[in-house]
Amino acid sequence: MGVEAAATASLQEVINWARKNSVWPVTFGLACCALEMMVASSSTYDIARFGAEVFRPSPRQADLMIVAGTVTKKMAPMLKRIYEQMPEPKWVIAYGSCACSGGIFQTYNVVQGVDQIIPVDVYVPGCPPRPEGLLKGIITLQQKIAAEPAGQRNLVSLPWGNNG
Amino acid sequence: MAGDLLKEAFPEAVLNIEEFRGETSITIDAGKIREVMTFLKENEKLGYDLLLDLAGVDFADRSPRFMIAYLLHSMRFNNRLRIKTTVAEGASVDTVSDIWLAANWMEREVYDLFGIQFNNHPHLKRILLTDDFVGHPLRKDFPVKGADFDQPLQVCLEEER
Repeated sequence: MGVEAAATASLQEVINWARKNSVWPVTFGLACCALEMMVASSSTYDIARFGAEVFRPSPRQADLMIVAGTVTKKMAPMLKRIYEQMPEPKWVIAYGSCACSGGIFQTYNVVQGVDQIIPVDVYVPGCPPRPEGLLKGIITLQQKIAAEPAGQRNLVSLPWGNNG
Repeated sequence: MAGDLLKEAFPEAVLNIEEFRGETSITIDAGKIREVMTFLKENEKLGYDLLLDLAGVDFADRSPRFMIAYLLHSMRFNNRLRIKTTVAEGASVDTVSDIWLAANWMEREVYDLFGIQFNNHPHLKRILLTDDFVGHPLRKDFPVKGADFDQPLQVCLEEER
């Protein structure tokens, strides 16, 4: 391994470290799971310990989409648009049985798993999962981010396409 | 009380009067629904000025197939009444959305989920499901999981078209 490769690898580690400790979720709740997500940001569970307490009201400033709740087919286009509006790097947690697989709603109006629409990084099953489940999900996501190899993502993402 | 008055005013429109545990259900000929509803609302002794709910029912094997139930409430006399009317498949009913404005969205919902047409409705289009949805899901012959349950959902945003 040359000097350059070693420098790149350690640079990637620094970037991963920075990314994993400031995963800002977009404010996005669909059903009862969203209440558990809100509780996770309360003082009892304190999602801020993992650097993920800043729920951004705009997808432009968010890194993580927590799909908390039932995704109906009518909601699916909006969900996809919000995901597309998030800048890279971005991650997705499917929070709850409905977001993972449609859950109990095996009906004509519910998407059978949000992974049919957008790529999912971490699945948190439960109906609804407890806030600890979300914390576990975020820790798992942090481990995933920390293990990201160099070159998997662009280091800088610019909207006009000139990525570093 | 409401039954007697209705029978007096519309002897041929009242098809059946049912009493069960203090609740009155009156079955009305669908063609006369507007006259009867106007009477129920305007009559001094009844004054059913609030439409609580309007629901469709699918009896699948019965003929006529559908029923519409109107749940009325009289604010003045604190009194409730259920009006029923039957609709055959493909037939339509007159709207009551100009008598009670609340009926506007309720009739749209019944149209959306049962496919019952309402004559002279100001804006009869789907209210809960998407405009391109095929079928009427609360009909008994609609598959519970939908036709394309095991197919992945294709989402195409406007800007991608």
